[in-house]
Amino acid sequence: MQQIENKEVPPLKAEARSLNFFYSEVQALKNINMPIYDKKVTALIGPSGCGKSTFLRSFNRMHDLYPGNRYEGEIRFFPDNTNLLSPEVDPIEVRMRVGMVFQKPNPFPKTIFENVAYGLRVRGEKNRRVLDDKVEHALKGAAIWNEVKDRLQDLAPNLSGGQQQRLCIARALATDPELLLFDEPTSALDPIATGAIEELVHELKQRVTILIVTHNMQQAARVSDYTAYMYLGEMIEFGKTDDIFIKPQDKRTEDYITGRLS
Amino acid sequence: MKALTTEQIRSVIARGKLKDSIFQAVGIFCLVVGLLVILLLVGDMLLRGIDRLSLDFFTNFASRRAAQSGILSAWVGTILVMFVTALAAVPLGVAAGIYLEEYARRNWVTEIIEINITNLAAVPSIVYGLLSLGIFVYAFGFGQSILSAGLTLALLILPIVIVSTREAIRAIPAMIREGSMAVGATRWQTCRYHIIPYAMPGILTGVIIGLARAIGETAPIITIGALTFIAFLPPVPFSTTGEGTAGLFDWVMSPFTVMPIQIFNWTSRPDPAFEVNAAAAGFVLMAMVLSMNALAIWLRYRLRKNIKW
Repeated sequence: MQQIENKEVPPLKAEARSLNFFYSEVQALKNINMPIYDKKVTALIGPSGCGKSTFLRSFNRMHDLYPGNRYEGEIRFFPDNTNLLSPEVDPIEVRMRVGMVFQKPNPFPKTIFENVAYGLRVRGEKNRRVLDDKVEHALKGAAIWNEVKDRLQDLAPNLSGGQQQRLCIARALATDPELLLFDEPTSALDPIATGAIEELVHELKQRVTILIVTHNMQQAARVSDYTAYMYLGEMIEFGKTDDIFIKPQDKRTEDYITGRLS
Repeated sequence: MKALTTEQIRSVIARGKLKDSIFQAVGIFCLVVGLLVILLLVGDMLLRGIDRLSLDFFTNFASRRAAQSGILSAWVGTILVMFVTALAAVPLGVAAGIYLEEYARRNWVTEIIEINITNLAAVPSIVYGLLSLGIFVYAFGFGQSILSAGLTLALLILPIVIVSTREAIRAIPAMIREGSMAVGATRWQTCRYHIIPYAMPGILTGVIIGLARAIGETAPIITIGALTFIAFLPPVPFSTTGEGTAGLFDWVMSPFTVMPIQIFNWTSRPDPAFEVNAAAAGFVLMAMVLSMNALAIWLRYRLRKNIKW
């Protein structure tokens, strides 16, 4: 892996160190080392099956839900320097600190309000005033408040696809995560809804560190500060997005970005 | 390959469509056969029993005289037994199904348990009767009571409830479960807020179909010794009986009879007048089963309306 020299390096939010991941016997991630900088957007790009979603889902221990999955190495989480992958760290604790937005909008078949309030309820919040405030704040943060403020008791699956995805972002924001994971959040959306999500990602980095997987290289170029190119489970190249797209160091990165490899 | 001419394309389509129509005709025939048999059966019972279908029939106990004989103790017994069955089978079956789907690790132990549950559904009902005679009636000392009968039928429908619970849970997309876990929910919170509510329509359907099967069971109830002739009702809670005030749960220990046994009893009488009673009671039993199925369909429709992904 080649790392581009930077003059000012921002503080770290997380760092993958010698990360290997196995689906039973199949190794999906190979010795990944990568920093995630605080309050920046980092994009993961690469062809299908390269392990970028697998890598992303390691940050909130989603793989723990299914038997046979195994991690090696560490993901250090700052400022407290916790190893997110340590067996001593409860995956639920990790998920309380690291939010996630999925590829396909997955609102619960409940009301808009209950979707956003869910994370707070899980944390034991019962005070109606606090719930109201935080739900409103989260919906505003996800730029959907104006569209839904008069129908918070409507069922969430009746919203349009783009609205559903912003609702899912609000659901993740409601509990103030330190790191927000996006797994190809716009691949099921039309261009207008995609634009809205991209704009939102751009605004959200004031508040939260973002790691985003995308198939769409223009999207990576538009929204991210840093980009990592992955191929066959390996981290090929990591650097500032401008550098990766303008002067990639590795031939394979260049081939992918210029469309010779997909 | 050369492209087909329009003529050839049309003849290919015509041949295909002929097979379409043949299958359609066969399908309709099979459907009509099935429906007609049931309709004939129910219609025949109704015609033969209609003379006895009056209010008296529902409010009279069984009697030696066919014309004054009724099904009061039978329908009350059936409803009470079903109540006990549902109360026992639903929590057990639903909890077992949730555990198997959401908590149990996949290994050889759960494999064996799964195979056994499927096999349990195929165990002849009389075997459950024998088992209950030994366990509930004698070992636990419940006697020949509503409680024994209810628990017996609960065992009988337990596999149905477990399997329908599991299937309802499996129909919930993984992304819903992941969405819940991703905000930091525990397994139980995920079950409590999502899995159980979303699986509820399927679970209820399974429960009612199980109960509809149990309501017609005769063999295990006879085996544990339900009475065939009974001229009293179980004590109503807090009512005054010959032995003082009845307790809240005294009725569960009461002797009883149920609809199928009443019917069986009447068909074995030499006097043909009782056959009319049997037909009338059979029609009532059919009506009970059909209305339970209707309830299942209605509940499923109502509950599913708000669940989509």
